[in-house]
Amino acid sequence: MTQVVKAQRHPRDSLLRSERLPHIWCPGCGIGIVMAAYADAIEASGIPPEKHVCISGIGCTGRVSGYMRLDSFHTTHGRAIAFATGLSLVRPDLEVTVISGDGDICTIGGNHLIHAARRNVDINVIMVNNFNYGMTGGQHGGTTPLGAKTYTSPYGNFEAPFNMPYLVAAAGASFVARWTTLHVRQLINAIKRMMSVEGFAFIEVISPCPPTFGEFNNFPEAIDMMEYFRKYSVVDHNADLSKIDIRLQGEPLVVGNFVDRRRPSYQELVQETIRKASGRGESV
Amino acid sequence: MSSGLPRPGVHFMMGNFACVEAAILAGCRFFAGYPITPSSEIFERACVRFPQVGGIAVEMEDEMASVAALIGAAYAGAKAMTATSGPGFSLMMENIGLAFIMEAPIVIVNVQRAGPSTGIPTLIGQGDVMQARWGSHGDIETVVYSPSSVQEFFDLTIKAFNTAERLRTPVIVLADQLVGLMWEKVVIPTAEDVEVVERKIMDPRLLSTRPPFDYSVDVNPMPIVGTGCRVNIDSLTHDERGYPTTSQEISDKMLRYLLGKIRNHARELWMYKEFMTDDAEVVVVAYGSTARSSLNAIKQARARGIKAGLLQLITLWPFPSDVIERLSQRVNALVVPEINFGQLVHPVREYAKCPVINVNWAPGSLIEPHVILDAVEVAAA
Repeated sequence: MTQVVKAQRHPRDSLLRSERLPHIWCPGCGIGIVMAAYADAIEASGIPPEKHVCISGIGCTGRVSGYMRLDSFHTTHGRAIAFATGLSLVRPDLEVTVISGDGDICTIGGNHLIHAARRNVDINVIMVNNFNYGMTGGQHGGTTPLGAKTYTSPYGNFEAPFNMPYLVAAAGASFVARWTTLHVRQLINAIKRMMSVEGFAFIEVISPCPPTFGEFNNFPEAIDMMEYFRKYSVVDHNADLSKIDIRLQGEPLVVGNFVDRRRPSYQELVQETIRKASGRGESV
Repeated sequence: MSSGLPRPGVHFMMGNFACVEAAILAGCRFFAGYPITPSSEIFERACVRFPQVGGIAVEMEDEMASVAALIGAAYAGAKAMTATSGPGFSLMMENIGLAFIMEAPIVIVNVQRAGPSTGIPTLIGQGDVMQARWGSHGDIETVVYSPSSVQEFFDLTIKAFNTAERLRTPVIVLADQLVGLMWEKVVIPTAEDVEVVERKIMDPRLLSTRPPFDYSVDVNPMPIVGTGCRVNIDSLTHDERGYPTTSQEISDKMLRYLLGKIRNHARELWMYKEFMTDDAEVVVVAYGSTARSSLNAIKQARARGIKAGLLQLITLWPFPSDVIERLSQRVNALVVPEINFGQLVHPVREYAKCPVINVNWAPGSLIEPHVILDAVEVAAA
């Protein structure tokens, strides 16, 4: 006889569109951990939920926005940061967070990423890096480690990947961090910190993807990559960012809050321009 | 201290400048652009003028980003616009589709130049007529206005914002290099005399009793961020709650609602002008700068004893089918000159009940009146 067990409500249910659950992510996927960390950070931020906006692009991580009970936008592939820029320029009082995957943020959206970092647009970007295009079945992208096998690198990936914290720091971001889905506490704290940073804030979250990446790269089970994180992660907030490439070959996986600095945000500078120009239109 | 609004009265102004002054009067306060000839004066003037009225004008990294930023700004409550030309217009197609499915009221100005690809940036063309309608993938409907003078560029920019706000949809002003760069007389009305339409805003309190997307209504009110609506706005086909779906029944409902917003309002969107058509036996159907040469051509034809007229189409899309159908029943022929190799002539042929002659010339210059006159004479013979 089937017994119906009523599950307890999740403490973050008020921030989730719980009627949409269960989510679409595969067993062992790390995206749910990141989404929960985001919800925890919202709760801890002290900023009311109606002042938070969640924007995603396309892909597995792109589905996060649709599960968050916030003002949320599921946009086109790669364009979430540009969308967020327009939105937050008009409403700089809102806490705007972009959550999307490595293919979306780094590869197809890479140009938007570096320019938003250069301008120091006051938004938060959480990039879940699972080293491949998962939703389309497992193809290589701009963060796939050298030698990794995917459906479009069947003999091993021969393209050098981006070292994301190094790239985004060089482009001018105010806050840059990297954590893995094993470092839940640190991740929540880093997301919370992002929400108080006035400027471009970026976190790379390294995540397992058992069925479309792990399977072909010695991490077939959910636990395998988490075990790798446990074994090889090194916390170093002062790391030399030029030396923190990820090869997944047993080298130190350097994580930490690497950059936290203050320079004027794009929104502040745009408002300053309006102050300079206002009332000067009579010659028209 | 100045209000920053344009001074009412008679001005001598470039078309691209007039477009910006019109946008300010229409209430636009957000511009995101990427420089491109021959539209850059719009962007440059917006950078001077928008901050003077408390608005924002920013440069993005490309045209995909510009339109994405507009949609974000629109959902933050602003009226938003960009300006571009052919190559940039091609890049915008992705997010024009996004604005359509997200029902974002935005305005895109395309100052058309010559040729495919990067073509001839400094010369005139009318080759983006079909792209403005069919350029974005899937089934979308667009509203497209085409000005033939600086005054029309001014008036239609205001009209474009009003239509975008009323129907919650992207609207395109399809200008051309001549209209954009020409200096001409323009009359700017006082702000009180300008009809400005504001979008209907979603009241978050209503969301406990109604879904954010009711596909049985004409146009849904727009949820604005930060007001407590907490609605999901999706690029995927979505149900009445805004959630992604693969249900074919819901997909059909959503598409009919989105397309219906324009199709059901087509008759009120149609704008056109008729010159000497009452007794005409041959009518030239033209738009944009070509309407200017055409007006000259029909006057010359009249001087030669040919009963010629001009139908200037201002709304290109949704295509004013009834106007063509009605007119073509009482004339012997229609002549369609375009600075392209045959675009709007196709829907004209679809609806015309009389022979249709196309006149095509697109190396980068206007069609001279004598070329149109020749075609009118052939049609009248």
